[in-house]
Amino acid sequence: MNRTRNNPLADDLVRPLLHTSVWFYGGVLVLASIVACGAAAWAYQLWYGMGVAGVNWPVFWGFYETNFVFWIGISHAGTLISAILRLVNARWRRPVTRCAEVITAFALMIGAIFPIIHLGKPWLFFWVAPYPSSRELWPNFRSPLVWDFFAINTYLIGSLLFLLLPMIPDFALIRDRTTGRRQRIYGALALGWQGTTTQWHRLEAAMQIMAVAIIPVAVSVHTIVSFDFSMAHVPMWHSTIFGPYFVAGAIFSGIAALIIAMAALRRMLKLHAYLHPLHFDNLSKLLLLMSLLWGYFVFSERLTVWYGNVPSEMAVFWATQRGAFAPFYWTMVVCNFVIPVSILSFRRLRTIPIVVMVSCGVVVGMWLERFLIIVPGLSTKQLPYSWGTYAPRPAEVIIMVATFAAMALLYMLFSKFVPIISIWEMKVGNQPHPAVPVDDDEEAQGLWRARP
Amino acid sequence: MAHRWGMVVDLDKCTGCEACVTACHAENNIPTAGATEAARGRAMHWLRVERYWEGDFPDVKVKFKPVMCQHCDNAPCEAVCPTYASHQTDEGLNAQVYNRCIGTRYCANACSYNVRFFNFFNPQWEKPLQLQLNPDVSVREVGVMEKCTFCVQRIKSGKTAAKADDRAVTEADVQPACAQACPAGAIIFGDLNDHESRVARLTHSPRGTKLLEDLGTEPKVTYLQRQSWNEPDTQ
Repeated sequence: MNRTRNNPLADDLVRPLLHTSVWFYGGVLVLASIVACGAAAWAYQLWYGMGVAGVNWPVFWGFYETNFVFWIGISHAGTLISAILRLVNARWRRPVTRCAEVITAFALMIGAIFPIIHLGKPWLFFWVAPYPSSRELWPNFRSPLVWDFFAINTYLIGSLLFLLLPMIPDFALIRDRTTGRRQRIYGALALGWQGTTTQWHRLEAAMQIMAVAIIPVAVSVHTIVSFDFSMAHVPMWHSTIFGPYFVAGAIFSGIAALIIAMAALRRMLKLHAYLHPLHFDNLSKLLLLMSLLWGYFVFSERLTVWYGNVPSEMAVFWATQRGAFAPFYWTMVVCNFVIPVSILSFRRLRTIPIVVMVSCGVVVGMWLERFLIIVPGLSTKQLPYSWGTYAPRPAEVIIMVATFAAMALLYMLFSKFVPIISIWEMKVGNQPHPAVPVDDDEEAQGLWRARP
Repeated sequence: MAHRWGMVVDLDKCTGCEACVTACHAENNIPTAGATEAARGRAMHWLRVERYWEGDFPDVKVKFKPVMCQHCDNAPCEAVCPTYASHQTDEGLNAQVYNRCIGTRYCANACSYNVRFFNFFNPQWEKPLQLQLNPDVSVREVGVMEKCTFCVQRIKSGKTAAKADDRAVTEADVQPACAQACPAGAIIFGDLNDHESRVARLTHSPRGTKLLEDLGTEPKVTYLQRQSWNEPDTQ
């Protein structure tokens, strides 16, 4: 255990905060200009009206809702996985937890913007909040959109707490290693952390409480997002399987996003010593598990619809299976099931580049899945006279691309201001090679010995 | 007893002339979208005449079905609206409060009849067409939903007139534009709670069916049509 200030662990992980390469500024500039294009597209839509988007009668929801569900799904990577790994005390989690939790925080923020963008009058979005207003009206608590409002806000606040709590000791460490303005800012963020035994006890207790509390919240959030669809009797929306199906899909896409983010961090911040192939191997096993679970859900959903043979549902079923939406449907099946299962089942193929490519496919496939849940149902509702179709228009596409850039930008900025790997948790783990087993008692005691 | 407004559409009388559609547009200040936007699915018709074909040319049977808001007792659009913009009035109307609407369009998705319309842009009328706007009906702005109101403005003025004369509201007082314009007299509107009214009697006609009845939305519009079991077996 290296107790000196100049220990290599802290040096490695604090370095990105103190030294900035020209590549970083270039990257930020490029990403920020893409985000600015998205903002301009939204302004354009605000000025002219929702008509600049592709939504129409009868497909009133399109790309915006797809992206909403997609990003909320991505957010299930972080907090949920991190909480589960914490509770089961998986040792290999230590370098993974923070970069996972950050995905949750940012993906939720981005996801939560879409319900506002998609409104006809976005400036009145706060009308779904219960507050004593001049309208003398509560929001309609029967509406799944109001449930969304509460679920997402609860999850966002919980995830932020879960992310910020274990950052306190690291802020204190940076405070002690810097001078001037940086010291003052990180000092304020450290909330007076001195590393006393009482403080460590409280932090540990708080983390335990949050880890237990956040799991049911995370599960409920995507269940409630699925209720946006399953509560309406639109063909193939009105399904009892949607709750668990959406949660499974969310965790699935979330793990894929986490793998991509970790690979990017490993390369850009040169964290090869911390993010080992073993981490990617473990996460890709989880990805394989979720792929199988996802395939099971899709099979169950499709089989019951086909067997039930309700005409309105069959119209949607065939539209996705071999009609206009079939190319997207089969791409989704290949990306989400065929490729992950056939590649990740073999240990030899679970190398970092391959796992990252599979994950990219899963992200694409899961995005298509959300699209295929929302749009075909609306375009072929019960009355054939009112059947329609949907194609996105530039505003929707630009805003969507901008949110991906926003995610990358926020992630880059975060890793510039906060150590992306929890330094104190690495110290607690005594920085073992993850493949080497560590005695549990020793690990628990390490928490106290690691205090600076 | 409170009123409970309902409608009967006699499909055996309907000729598909679309006079009701035109009357509805004129009465309710419904903007026309134009060819480009209409092709994008932005046309608004609170009332539309659906056409269905049976058989192959030349032996074709065409069926017309005027479809407007069914003013469901158990309306899917009402439950999902986060702001109560869509709600049921005491008289059974499925009302849309434009000023409460924030444009989630959830109601339109939940509606199985697809009779709710969204203002994708601010409405425009080429001069001097703005002069023919009906002053009794508000013009809807961009970002809100709208739909058939059963001509609530006519119901209100009819009730006011009846009250001024100190008499009961009759069917003639509350004629919506579509019913008034229908040359075949296929659209009958009135008070379902007034058991003497034509609409109340026809609602229970053996020819009567509701649209998508099995969804359990309990519509207040009844379609009259000769049922297949009444036809002589010619084949």
